[in-house]
Amino acid sequence: MKTVIVGCGRVGAVLASSFDQAGHEVIILDLTSRAFDRLPSTFKGTALRGDGTDEDILRRAGAEDADVFIAMTEGDNRNVMAAQLAQEALGAKRVIAKINDPLRADAYADLGIAALCRTNLMADAVHAYLDMPVSGRKGILEPTGSHPGGEHHEIVATSTNTVSAGSNVAREASGTVPSGSQAVPAREV
Amino acid sequence: MFVLVVGGGKVGYYLTKELIESGHEVVLMEKELERARQIADEIGSVVIAHDGCEGKYLGEAGCNRADIVAAVTGDDEDNLVICQMAKHHFDVPRTIARVNNPKNEELFKHLGVDELISPTRMILGSIEQDIPVHELLHLAALGEGELELIEAHLQTGSPAIGKATQDLDIPEGCSLFAVIRDGIATPLRPETILREGDKVIAIGRQECQELLHDQLIGEAIPAS
Repeated sequence: MKTVIVGCGRVGAVLASSFDQAGHEVIILDLTSRAFDRLPSTFKGTALRGDGTDEDILRRAGAEDADVFIAMTEGDNRNVMAAQLAQEALGAKRVIAKINDPLRADAYADLGIAALCRTNLMADAVHAYLDMPVSGRKGILEPTGSHPGGEHHEIVATSTNTVSAGSNVAREASGTVPSGSQAVPAREV
Repeated sequence: MFVLVVGGGKVGYYLTKELIESGHEVVLMEKELERARQIADEIGSVVIAHDGCEGKYLGEAGCNRADIVAAVTGDDEDNLVICQMAKHHFDVPRTIARVNNPKNEELFKHLGVDELISPTRMILGSIEQDIPVHELLHLAALGEGELELIEAHLQTGSPAIGKATQDLDIPEGCSLFAVIRDGIATPLRPETILREGDKVIAIGRQECQELLHDQLIGEAIPAS
């Protein structure tokens, strides 16, 4: 499985290392090369310094046609942009973006991006720990809608097929993804 | 008209001021408290000192009844998200984004932003039009992008001046096909003698552009 991770913070580094250990191909990007110090010395994947919201840089990093694309930088908006770029222009099959603002997370789940919302995630974890009723919000909001640009192919001259493939998968995902009780409960996080 | 401006930098500040002067209802969102206060002191209580990327504050600023949202912060990703939130979450009919990296224009358009203003692109366009540029001007990419339509403006110092096209050492994979002289385009024949001021239109593969540059432009003369 080809995995692209943008942002080598704590979470990004943990994910990169676990995917790598599980035998997957991993490409991780960060703006500073010092961030890669977080990766274990055994890491066999590719670590590249560069802006993950820049299409050219992502292409040069070999981020096209990723099976999984995870945007994990500190900025919600950078994650949103990287994720949409991956989905619309780079043919990523599954896209996850960390979006800590619950409202933005909801909005982008509606637009076809799996939104990982730390705010909801941690609030629920605390509620669960204290045996208080959990809000029912999920840590990862599954994409419920197709992307606004989903039907259009004009954006990438060279890879029209990957654009439509990416958006088809996004639409498929909205139909097949487990919902409600089947999704990761806060307790297990 | 109710306009919501996000980003209180120079652009946002003057935009808000002008809009108020022309009688529109305006709210400006600026996340830096100090900057927000400073603007409010000057132009009145139209400033909300919160991050316009945050859904909650967009709502509080009245985004759902805005006729236009103009996202003019210095960060492209913020401007994209502001416009998308406005459009898809608050049903704003018209969204305008400032785009700093011209490469982002396509993506933003594709993702539903109604209008894009790119200062970089504007200045670039202006430079390429007005200043004598001793470079090949790329007019368009053809086919899958490996071929380019190129314009070469022959100016003092060009080794091609006074030569017939057939005597030029045009690299393989390139063809010169027209010359624009005194505003009239004519097909280039092998015997056509090139003159100073001619604009030669060529199609060429990207890798032979350096050779083409040597033949038509020559040594670059630094712009004075």
